[in-house]
Parts: sequence; structure tokens; C-alpha cells
Amino acid sequence: MMKRVFRHSLAAALLCASAIAHAQLSIEITGAGANRQPIAVADFAGEHIVAKALTSVLRADLERSGLFRLIEGVAEPMADSAAVSYPEWKNRGADALVAGSVAPDPGKVDGRYETRFRLHDVQRQAVLGGQTYASNAAQLRAAAHRAADYVYEKLIGEPGIFSTRIAYVVKSTGRYELQIADADGMNAQTALASREPIISPTWSPDGTRLAYVSFEAKKPIVYVHSLATGRRHVAANFKGSNSAPAWSPDGKRLAVVLSKDGGSQLFLVNADGSGVTRLASSTGIDTEPQFSGDGQFIYFTSDRGGKPQIYRIPAEGGEAQRITFEGSYNVTPRLSPNAKSMAYITLNNGRYQLALMDLATRQSQILTDSAKDESPSFSPNGRMIIYATEVGGRGVLAAVSSDGRVKQKLSVQAADVREPAWGPFLK
Amino acid sequence: MRNLFLVAVASLTLAACGSQPPAPEQGGAKVEDRSPVKVDAQPVTTVSPSKTDEYGLAMLKDPKSILSKRSVFFDFDQYVIKDEFKALVEAHAKFLVANGKIKMLVQGNADERGSREYNLALGQKRAEALKKTLILLGGKEGQIEAVSLGEEKPRCTEHGEACWAQNRRDDMLYSGEF
Repeated sequence: MMKRVFRHSLAAALLCASAIAHAQLSIEITGAGANRQPIAVADFAGEHIVAKALTSVLRADLERSGLFRLIEGVAEPMADSAAVSYPEWKNRGADALVAGSVAPDPGKVDGRYETRFRLHDVQRQAVLGGQTYASNAAQLRAAAHRAADYVYEKLIGEPGIFSTRIAYVVKSTGRYELQIADADGMNAQTALASREPIISPTWSPDGTRLAYVSFEAKKPIVYVHSLATGRRHVAANFKGSNSAPAWSPDGKRLAVVLSKDGGSQLFLVNADGSGVTRLASSTGIDTEPQFSGDGQFIYFTSDRGGKPQIYRIPAEGGEAQRITFEGSYNVTPRLSPNAKSMAYITLNNGRYQLALMDLATRQSQILTDSAKDESPSFSPNGRMIIYATEVGGRGVLAAVSSDGRVKQKLSVQAADVREPAWGPFLK
Repeated sequence: MRNLFLVAVASLTLAACGSQPPAPEQGGAKVEDRSPVKVDAQPVTTVSPSKTDEYGLAMLKDPKSILSKRSVFFDFDQYVIKDEFKALVEAHAKFLVANGKIKMLVQGNADERGSREYNLALGQKRAEALKKTLILLGGKEGQIEAVSLGEEKPRCTEHGEACWAQNRRDDMLYSGEF
């Protein structure tokens, strides 16, 4: 009894919720799309009052997507209502133009701003649309991300991911931090800090909670952590190991891997930790479950055939169907949001690499040229896959587009970054 | 008193396992107040000596006793307890039988190659192999818990077979050490 109390107080001393993280995640663009759309983003009129906080973020977002080429030297501010000389912008090489204005809140509320912008199609000489956002100084970056999402969706035809967040684990000497940052690496916050490892963070479908595995009690235990309150509870702590949580699409249940009955086997448990039921049985290892977005299947890794390969079973249980056949090591299946493709890690000539399979044709393509890829996670629009890898002996994150062209590297100074999980769209 | 002793054992265990010393916690000033509890982050460091040694833990730490050896190593992709560890496993099984109330945590480990979760499952297989052997030799099911640390707690952090071989192992921890 004493021991239990002591263990919990030690665990509490190791944890601090939602601290501002010291190290920023910096993003380097290492590859871009083949046909980038040329776009001009003029400085917004009146933006000097917020130190150009909007257009700098908007431009960086569009650039980082790898799908746009920013027209340089567009320094003169241009209001959203300004008349646009389309031939002039065409001459400057722009297919699209963003112009906007920032002004103090029209209701004269201190510290609040109103941002308006318009997106122009230069080729067709037409306004594609515009938005108005009210924000305080702390929300300006978020407003810029929303503007980037709007521009991206109008021009690319799919939702943007600039307002989403990513979770990942930073390991420095003797310290593990579960951090959450904006998709551009900024505003990193620490949700959990511990002296013991943290692995396998995964977002609830509504983006309010993270499930993860923490070793703070000297064994792996699955927790569910509410980000707004910093409160967390144990979702699976049975005898043996508890790991690999995966949310059901409705956010009510978790698929988990438990060894309570021997071996590593798939179970379902309610998110509050109640109602554990077995999902599948094998004599080997079953792990790394993930629901398909439509909730129909659970994909997982199993060595039931001798070597680790990817299988799937109906979510309500049933016969397992093998998905991967090529190679001796295929693990960590992660389904695209539209469930049409599957990212996974394959051992290819001694290198662990990120691969993508078209589930209709079962054709696979290796997306990277690195050797220690792990833990892929799709962006919610399915365009990008973030994963962990190693560069120069250091753990970094990298992202690659599903066509393999757009590439980014995300790193933290003097620490290893790992276990990325891309969050859902904000509601 | 008991819990102070546990602190002592816990810190000894950490040192024995070769864990890196913990970094200082960050100051509380910048913590965004989303947490329901403010926590004093200073870990307990001072320890009083224990006056009891109910399980004969001294023997478990005596370098002259075989019981001070706590690790069993595995070949690549293997879970079989090799003959060279037979005497060690028998000694620990005997200790478990003689001390029916003491509990053991077997922590399985894997080398760093490949998926973290798959490696966690590999470590679990190794831990369960040792647990099974200890039970065959008289240990009780309720006495031994087999868990996995996967690739998360490497004893050696170089990249290469010499190092990986040290990381494919089971560690045996007794009551008070976990």
C-alpha cells in the first residue's frame, strides 16, 4: 500500500502539464512539387501595426506546402479592397494574388484586430473569394494559418492542414517530453514530461485527447490525456505490457495490445478504461492496430506467418487477411484518411523505409531514401506523411507527400525527436 | 520507513541499470496553468538507511552472490534461454521458491532496429520466456510479472551488433526495485 502511494507521488513529481517547451521544432524544406503554382502575397495594408505577423506566416505556410512558388519582391502593401491590375500581376508571373488589410477592431476593443483578405485569380481576372477574421494579438498566427487553409483549398481543391497540430516526443538526456506544436513547428507545448520513455501518441478523432504509452511505472501503460485540462487517466494497465493504442473513428474505444493473457494480442477497450474485450487471437505477436477511417477494418502487424507482415481483420472481429507479401519485414500500417492507401515501414536491402501501398492494386512505392524510418502518420487531408527517421545519428522528423515529391525535415536542437502523430482538422 | 527504503532501493537500481542521471526539471514559472495541480518538481534525494531487510535483498546485491546477476541475453530474433544462463535462472527460481512473498518483475528488451511497438512485443516474448522457465523451476504464476521495455531502455547506445547483443536481454527486478 505504501509502495503504491509512493510510486504515484514520484510519478507526479516527474510530470508537469502544458509547459511551454524550450526547444522549437524547426522545419527545413528539402523537396518541392513538380509544378508549383506561382502566387503573389502582397503585404496587407495596415499590417505594420502587427509587425507583418500575418503575411509572413501565410507566405511560409504556402511555401512549405511545396505546391506554391511565392513571387518575390511584392513589398508594397495592398488592401483587400484595392483595385487589381491583373495584366501587371500576370507580367510579374503570378497566377494568383492575395491582398488584405489589418485594422484595429472596428468595435474599438483594445488589442483586437480585424483581418480581411481577398484571393484573386490573375489568369481569369476574377476574385475567387475572401475572408474576414477577428483576433487578438495571440491569435494572429492562427488567423494567418486559416487564411493559408482558405487559399490552399481554393487553389488546390482539398482542405489545407496549416491549422492542424502535431504531437511528438522529444528525448534529451534522461528526459522525455510529449510535445504538441502547430503544423509549422511553432507554439510547441509540453503535455507531459517524464524521466521514463513515452511512445505511440495518437490523437482522438476530435483532437481533444491523446492516447499514449508511458513507462513511468517501469512498465508500459496506456493513458488517455485531455489536452485542454491536462488531466489524464489510465486506459489500460493490466498485468504484463499495455501498448499500441488506436482510436476507433467515433472516439469511444481504443484498440490496444495487451499481454495479460500471454503474448502480445489485440483487444478493444472503452476510452475510459472499462469493458476490455479480445479482438483477435494468434499464437504469435499481434500489434500496431489501426482502424480504417470508415471503421470497417483494423489493420495490424503480426508475425503469425513467421515474419512480421501486415494483416487486417473486420473491426467487429473475424478472419484475418494478409495484406503485405513482399519482403521479410513490413510493419506499422497507417491508413490514409480516404482509406485508399496505406503507409507502412518495410525492410528494403537492410534499410527500414517508408512505403505507400495502393490498397486497390496492392502496388507499393518506397517514398524515402533514408535507412531508419519509423512511425508514419498521415496529415488529415492525406497529402503528407510525417515519420521519424535518423540524420547524422540524431532522431528527426521528416514529412513527405504521398507522391514522394514534397519533402521536409523537422528537427529540434540538441535532442532526438520521434513518434510523430499528425492531429485531425480543427472543428 | 518502508517507503524511504524503497527510495534507496529505487535509486540504487537506477544506478545499477546504468540509467542516465535525470536532467533537472524545468522551472515552474513558464508552466501554462492548465494543470489542476501545481507540483513541486524537486525529486526526493535524501534517504535514511533501512533497518529491515525482510527479503534478504542484501544477497541480491552482493557481487559475490550469483543472485546479483540479473540479466539474461538473447540471440537475434530469438527467445530461447541459452544454456549459459541456466545456472543463473535456477538460482533465481530457487530464491523465488524460498521467498514466496517476494515478487519479481521481468523486463524484456529488444535492440533498436525496426518498429518500436513491434520491438515492445519482441521484448514481451523474451520476458515471457524467462517467466515460463522460472515457473517450471518452481516460481509461482502470481509471483512473476513479465513486461517489456522494447527498445526504449538500451544498456548500450552505439549502433552495431556488439551493442545490440547487450540490448537483447531480460532484466530481473525484485520487490522494492520496481
